[in-house]
Amino acid sequence: MTGAALVKSLLLALPLWFVAARMLPARIGAFARAALGLFLAVAAATGVTLLLPPGQMSYLVSFAIVGSIYAVLTLGLNVQWGYTGLFNIGVAAFFSLGAFTSALVTTRMPTGAAAAFSEQAFGLGAPFLVGVVAAGAAAGVLALLVGGPTLRLREDYLAIATIGIAELVRLVFQNERWLANGPQPLRGIPQPLACLVRDPVCSWLPAPVAAFFEPLAPRDYPYVYLVIATLFVIVVFVVLERAIRSPWGRLLRAVREDEAAAAMNGKDVARVRLQAFTVGAVVMGLGGALYAHYMVAIDYTHFDALYATFLVWVMLMLGGSGNHRGAILGAFVIWGVWTGAAYAVDLVRPLLAAISSDLPARGPYLRLLFISLLMLLILLYRPKGLVGEERFVSRDSSDTR
Amino acid sequence: MAQRVPLHPERRRPGERLRRALGSRPALLLLMTLVLAALWLLADAQGVTAQRLLSLAVRGVLLGGILALGAIGLTLIFGVLRLPNFAHGDLMTWGAYLALFGLAWVPAGRPLAPFSFGPELLALLVVIVPLVGLTGYTLDRLVFRRLRARRVPPVILAMAALGGAFLLRSLVYLGWGADFRAFYTGRPRPAIELFAGIRVRPDQLFILGLALLLIFLVYLLLERSKMGKAMRATADNADLARISGIDTEGVVRWTWLIGGGLAGAGGVMYALDTQLRPEMGWWLMLPLFASVILGTIGNAYGALVGALIIGLVWQMSTAFLNPAYGPGVAFAVLIVVLLFRPQGIFGTPGARS
Repeated sequence: MTGAALVKSLLLALPLWFVAARMLPARIGAFARAALGLFLAVAAATGVTLLLPPGQMSYLVSFAIVGSIYAVLTLGLNVQWGYTGLFNIGVAAFFSLGAFTSALVTTRMPTGAAAAFSEQAFGLGAPFLVGVVAAGAAAGVLALLVGGPTLRLREDYLAIATIGIAELVRLVFQNERWLANGPQPLRGIPQPLACLVRDPVCSWLPAPVAAFFEPLAPRDYPYVYLVIATLFVIVVFVVLERAIRSPWGRLLRAVREDEAAAAMNGKDVARVRLQAFTVGAVVMGLGGALYAHYMVAIDYTHFDALYATFLVWVMLMLGGSGNHRGAILGAFVIWGVWTGAAYAVDLVRPLLAAISSDLPARGPYLRLLFISLLMLLILLYRPKGLVGEERFVSRDSSDTR
Repeated sequence: MAQRVPLHPERRRPGERLRRALGSRPALLLLMTLVLAALWLLADAQGVTAQRLLSLAVRGVLLGGILALGAIGLTLIFGVLRLPNFAHGDLMTWGAYLALFGLAWVPAGRPLAPFSFGPELLALLVVIVPLVGLTGYTLDRLVFRRLRARRVPPVILAMAALGGAFLLRSLVYLGWGADFRAFYTGRPRPAIELFAGIRVRPDQLFILGLALLLIFLVYLLLERSKMGKAMRATADNADLARISGIDTEGVVRWTWLIGGGLAGAGGVMYALDTQLRPEMGWWLMLPLFASVILGTIGNAYGALVGALIIGLVWQMSTAFLNPAYGPGVAFAVLIVVLLFRPQGIFGTPGARS
């Protein structure tokens, strides 16, 4: 086993560790869970790294990164729809605003020859985490602006307003050259911790740690980003899980189940909805930042209603609205189906060619047909999704009634 | 519906009184007039000539006619079936592409001068309008009816409509690809002078005429036929209509046939005026919903008024704004309406739908 393979499999083991530890039964104790989980994760990661050819390996890693980004978006939507019943079909608005905000905050103004081709309103050159915080804040402010006038009205008005804001944000990033180089891509978004894979490894790291990352080449950067992306998912998951099991989480579900009863108990329903809407939007903004720093160059076409809103909805509905685990599961399953369907379409290509000579080139759209049918079938036959909502009262009580 | 009479009108707080005054029907109409006047003044300040503004206004009315075809169907489905039909824009796209499909099969006749299209498009229109209506009704039978039977909240219906929208669009992508298309490529479409130097294309006049004709037919149907009365009753109070012995299934069928049919006609007209793209209908959704809410959900005439206002505001804003922002301007109007008078021009205060 080469040094690079060892480092890669250890990086791969980190996210797996969390998943394994979560899936092991709680009764074996926290320490045993952690230890056994670590063992299983390292074993699985080394196994996969050794067995799969490098090409498939890097495909798997990029799949997991995009899956994690979708998981963050789905978690945000779950707070809005799953727990509070707010119908937001403008996920794209908060996602793209987060992505562009983080990009603008972390890039530097183009200089020299690049300045002739690329324009942007500002470029602060701030660190990655500052960009992430700014992305969440921008999405949150947008949510307050949209939610304020619409959340106190009928529930379908919110849906229409969110479609509107998604269109408006898309139009702005498409047409305003000075803002973020629209409609051309905004390029040069920095990759966080990219120095880990460069030749002199980050100078600020202590020598032994730097030596550990020494074998990695720049093309191995996705392994580093996978750790960052999964860390995002884990942090968002843990924070939201805590929030949902707090009195505030109970309040959200009370508002969803019976608005009048919640209001009669002295709860400010409009305020609670606005809070939930904003929290969900902030999470989507974080997902946007995560996306921008992975893609390095982004433009408005990345955030169309299909990829940035509809797929997220199918993920949440399939996984199970009102369940964070279900949301993450749904994100990975649907992203797997979506990417896997590309191969399935390749297989039926001769059949498509037999029907019409134009059809093979349009084969990829079969996935859209399939996914939208899946959405309708879920609504008709399995409305609670794969996992379904958990019944619980609070985190201090195992009693489900 | 009875107006709510306040118990102690004199005891209202000033803020509340102001809010009420702002939310009254004249205030909203005044507000819309002010918006149009402000657009005019803004354009004037930028040195746009009155003639250009007038021609933009004429184009706004023409666009309003197309929007009205979509908005009337949307408001009927919204009001009668309690379904915010997010597939409505894609029904319009569907209609436009069905026409494109038909044009490839039927022999093309000589263009009906001064229009750019031949008689075959008119013949196709007669087939496509019921076909798109049937598409909507099929979607209802397969999906929405089952969900309604389960008494799901309206939001779930909206989500199903969203699924239906992407289903229709995937069919369009599969059948015709993602490129721009046109009914008649390469045919000249010269504009003629209408009056005072205002130029429009003859096609656009035809579109407006057809839209007005269809809207008049819908008016006759709603006001003079028994089914129209049943539909209005269902829109007003669905439960009361049902216990009065109205055939709700028939109402559902006719609502889809009329609403979907109008959407199909609107899609063909929009494509004739501009061009065909798989996303064209999706991008029209925002102006359509803005028209519907502005003119009060469930009110067909309101939708017409709303569509005309949205069409005017959209076109006149292009005097000084990037034309791409048209739907964004419609969105701004929508937000203003939601802030001051969410029940729209023709709604009663306090009514939730």
